[in-house]
Amino acid sequence: MSSKRLLTTLAINGIEHELALEPRRTLLDALRHDLQLTGTKKVCDMGDCGACTVLVDGRAMYACLLLAVDCTDRQITTIEGLAQADELDPLQQAFIEADAFQCGFCTAGQIMSLKGLLNETPAPNDDQILRAVTGNLCRCGAYRNILKAGRLAADQVAHPEEARHADSTH
Amino acid sequence: MTTRYFGQPIKRNEDPRLLTGQALFTDDVHLPNMLHVAFLRSDYAHAHIRSINVSAAQAIPGVVAIYTADDLGDYWRPGPLLVPPPPVKDLIFNPRMQVPLAKNKVRHVGEPIVVIVAESRYIAEDAAQQIFVDFEPLPAVVDIEKALAPDAPVIHPDLAHNLNAHVIQRKGDYAAIRDQAAVLIKRRFLYDRGTAAAMENRGIVADWDAKNEQLTMWDTTQAPIPIRNGIAAMLGLSERQVRVVAPFIGGGFGPKIMMFYPEEVLLPWISMRLNRPVKWIEDRSENFYATTQERGQVHEAEIALTRDGRVLGIHDLFLHDAGAYAPYGLTVALNSQCTLLGQYDVPHYYSEFKAVFTNKPIVTPYRGAGRQHGVFVMERLLDIAAKELGIDRVEIRRRNLIPPEKFPYNNEIIYQDFAPLIYDSGNYAPALDKALALIDYTNFIQTEQPRLRAEGKLVGLGLVTYVEGTGIGPYEGAKVTIETSGRVSVATGIGTQGQGHYTVFAQVVAEQLGVNVENVRLVTGDTAEFYWGAGTFASRGAVVAGNAIHAAAVKVRQKILKRASEDLEAAEEDLELVDGTVRVKGSPSTAIKLGELAARLNPLRGAVKPGAEPGLEATDYFGPERGATASGVHAMIVEVDPETMQVEIKKYIAVHDCGVVINPMILEGQIQGGVAQGIGNAFYEQLIFDENGQLLNASFMDYLLPTADTVPRVEMDHVETRSPLNPLGIKGAGEAGAIPVGPLFAQAVEDALIGYNIEILEIPLSPNRLFELVLEPQQGS
Amino acid sequence: MYPPKFDYYRANSLSEAFSLMQEHGGAKVIAGGHSLIPSLKLRLADPGALIDIGRIGELKGITANGNSTRIGALTTHAIVAAAKNLPQGLTEAAGWIGDPQVRNRGTVGGNIAHADPASDLPTVFTALGATINLTGPGGERSVAAQDFFTGLFETALQEGELVSSIDVPTNGGGSAYAKLFNPASRYAVVGCAAQVKVENGVCSAASVAVGGLTSHATKANAVEAALLGKPLNEATIAAAAAQISQDLGDDVMGDLHASADYRRSIAPIYVAQALTAAASRAG
Repeated sequence: MSSKRLLTTLAINGIEHELALEPRRTLLDALRHDLQLTGTKKVCDMGDCGACTVLVDGRAMYACLLLAVDCTDRQITTIEGLAQADELDPLQQAFIEADAFQCGFCTAGQIMSLKGLLNETPAPNDDQILRAVTGNLCRCGAYRNILKAGRLAADQVAHPEEARHADSTH
Repeated sequence: MTTRYFGQPIKRNEDPRLLTGQALFTDDVHLPNMLHVAFLRSDYAHAHIRSINVSAAQAIPGVVAIYTADDLGDYWRPGPLLVPPPPVKDLIFNPRMQVPLAKNKVRHVGEPIVVIVAESRYIAEDAAQQIFVDFEPLPAVVDIEKALAPDAPVIHPDLAHNLNAHVIQRKGDYAAIRDQAAVLIKRRFLYDRGTAAAMENRGIVADWDAKNEQLTMWDTTQAPIPIRNGIAAMLGLSERQVRVVAPFIGGGFGPKIMMFYPEEVLLPWISMRLNRPVKWIEDRSENFYATTQERGQVHEAEIALTRDGRVLGIHDLFLHDAGAYAPYGLTVALNSQCTLLGQYDVPHYYSEFKAVFTNKPIVTPYRGAGRQHGVFVMERLLDIAAKELGIDRVEIRRRNLIPPEKFPYNNEIIYQDFAPLIYDSGNYAPALDKALALIDYTNFIQTEQPRLRAEGKLVGLGLVTYVEGTGIGPYEGAKVTIETSGRVSVATGIGTQGQGHYTVFAQVVAEQLGVNVENVRLVTGDTAEFYWGAGTFASRGAVVAGNAIHAAAVKVRQKILKRASEDLEAAEEDLELVDGTVRVKGSPSTAIKLGELAARLNPLRGAVKPGAEPGLEATDYFGPERGATASGVHAMIVEVDPETMQVEIKKYIAVHDCGVVINPMILEGQIQGGVAQGIGNAFYEQLIFDENGQLLNASFMDYLLPTADTVPRVEMDHVETRSPLNPLGIKGAGEAGAIPVGPLFAQAVEDALIGYNIEILEIPLSPNRLFELVLEPQQGS
Repeated sequence: MYPPKFDYYRANSLSEAFSLMQEHGGAKVIAGGHSLIPSLKLRLADPGALIDIGRIGELKGITANGNSTRIGALTTHAIVAAAKNLPQGLTEAAGWIGDPQVRNRGTVGGNIAHADPASDLPTVFTALGATINLTGPGGERSVAAQDFFTGLFETALQEGELVSSIDVPTNGGGSAYAKLFNPASRYAVVGCAAQVKVENGVCSAASVAVGGLTSHATKANAVEAALLGKPLNEATIAAAAAQISQDLGDDVMGDLHASADYRRSIAPIYVAQALTAAASRAG
């Protein structure tokens, strides 16, 4: 078979990239290898662990189970696209406040899953936060603090001024 | 000096890099012209290799090189013995080490046979599929209890049997005391295999720069310095020609301290041969075979007691599954042997183990590293004894605790660091009392449990104690430098895998130098930055490297005081280090910035006093005489669904004593994480091998890791008993959380299922296994 | 864990899909890819070409039509879970498939075409009396869900056919889905979907199916028979649920996580749970 490369335009974090890709290349490998966006991690590569979670048109998906050539015309957001200039996304800030990770290898996936949740459910309850990250394994076992970070971030998104104030008085 | 940094829950210095996707992990290293490596691995657990045909693979466009064992020439040799056996009398030890690529024979599924180098990993994997190995399958040794049978297949033919080691250690005289015991209880205990499953798979990038004759290697190792030393020796290079970088590591938990993995040996050799950078990143399936594993043991243990529940002695015979090779010596089995006695004052102990080779992946330490097996046996024996004697389970433990006046307490056997097993310090009863208070023991037993049982709810409580030998030698070192900007750089040799070293070590330095923690920049895991050291393992990072950093910081502090005393014309004892300055106490206007002082000590022209050292920098080392013994008590309340045997953790308590605490937030994270892994080990995780040595659940679809909805919050409290063995008074904490969870589950679930009259003598459990255990007595009757 | 080489063709319409399928014999059809891509990575499949039907608009969306609602085969689990005009047994089952990442990408058509014995939707569609609409180059045909799932990963789909939509009756009464899931995959160890109607205080219609137990979703006829004409209370539901052993016979499968004995033993619990919830929704 020819398996010719296909010219593919990927819109990542608002920037379009044109790549000639083998059809078998996953979005995860295209991000990490072809675009050097290495914040998205490869762990199981089979859709079982959540480390490669990115947002596709605002929804959390496994980058390891998407073909890159199938991602044209979709808006893809990775961990590198969250912080604006020097200002961390509320979720990233919440992960520091809540000590929600240790080695940091699953963290991008956890954050993107929670980002997907907050896109659809701005004021989630604990059950919704936990269910949003059931597909994200954390071997350092920081789950309870990830829940806490989810709560903090949701508060921050819902009440930006109060939450910031509450933090500063803490 | 007032304590402002030490002991504070300071947020982590390393976080922003990790949170924005900028932190460099090994798989993030991308070099121009880089080639990619894949391995063809054995599908058989035990087989002769008749022939290997690589010609079809070689013809695939983009394949650059393919090597088998025969292509390695003199470079092919078994790995070194990483840990020699301890000086125990009459010890038998038959070390057999892993090889870079299997030659003639494979001994476990996943053993590498052929290495393929290609322009991309996709092509390398295409090529692997076109390599044909002709195997002659052999019967596999899987069950450790059959490994030593006379008719068992022999894994290493030069041995004529499968015995890796035979070790006997004694304290007192168990045989003599046995006759005096009022009660003897003997049981058989099983503890099956699991895997560390760090999120980050292993990986290596090797880059030989022929023009500079310099090899750089990024490696997911917990021990970059020993890797550098070994690789340099194997390749015939000077250690100065090899730089090993262990960048951010996505979880270690033990298997990343193993060395030398075949891939670690091969990648730099390939890079030198092809004169191009090469990369290999393990995939998750490989991780289940090619990364080391832990746990399989079978114990036949007996406890001898007086009528009032005093333990007179323990007799334990156990088998330890070493896997196909045993490069890590006897560490895991010795840990089981040396942790079993726990917090208890046991006068007589006979412990004998045989480590056996099996056709399974190699066993090396994984968080807890055999300690949980010993704790499981002891705590279960006490539970059974308590029932038989009609003594409350807490009471039987309390009666046997080593009293505080008996420290240092000598167990009279040899530990994994070859030093006598002497507990440095401990004060066990207060932790037990705190745990009882937190779990509300009396109220639960007397009121809550009867009430809930009356409602038909199967609720149970568990409470167990443990010790953990931590912070063993040999040594670590550190260099602390105050830069002219006022920033402080700290270099040490150990690697870091998420323990918060960037922050904890910064706190140690900040404490001495009066600078902000954010102004301390740690470099760790890069052999170009610090030459000497051993690595991160055995809960020793904070203890050994922490004290080395402390020692170096103290020296820098002395240099500051000496020079500032001259410049400020004040006595050293009248000076203080505050906010990045040194000043006369009570006189802020006299302050000199530390950066300015560093600049004065590094003049570009002019003369210095003879013997002067430039700048504000010091290097120092720390090596403890032996390990520090941490301890703790865990307690748990569970509810078991009588129909499905699903277990829900209603409450989880951990009271921990790891000496002086540097950062309570980070410590809590370590314990919480350890407990999460312990829960996995106790109730979800089990590597299941069939009779041919095939692993049946080698994926995250089938190997059950704890998830966000299965790990409870651990309520914690601490007791601080200083270690006298190091200036900071600290003990290790990294592994503790994982150690006591097995017996805790067993006791709590057994308590919940009291009406079913079962005894839980094995780990891991599962709802399905509980279902079987509950049915067994019914079927038997 | 890297897929073999393949060519990739995107079909923008059903007719284009069929002509591509005809042109590339042996090609595999891909939509969400959550079953296919893992099997490609394990090199269990080497189809040479993939035909991506994921963007065919006519296969997407949910449309109500009288007493039935049509779900396009490419509708994701997340969309089904959030839908308002579908039986509750279906939406709650869709909401518990895998995890958010799977639900956001995996499609209903792909799920049932794959016919994993532990999958949730085959059980639900069987209980709800859904109709699976298939389309091929020769035209359309419809198969009752009960007849669609024929074995372990086997369905009534024929070579060259695609699932185009599923028609789900919306007048069948109260419905519910209950399962014990594998904590890693979230697939059902035991899953039960139930739908009941209550008239004059007694059960006038009952449809129950179980999954995870046998090679494919199975209708629980004995359970259903035990419910008809009875008031639905704890005792009658428990008695009916116990009949599941009749329906299962000796065909229950075990695996590493749950033996056949264990599954058989806990099956009545989930049948009862589903029935209890369905009864409470029957109004």
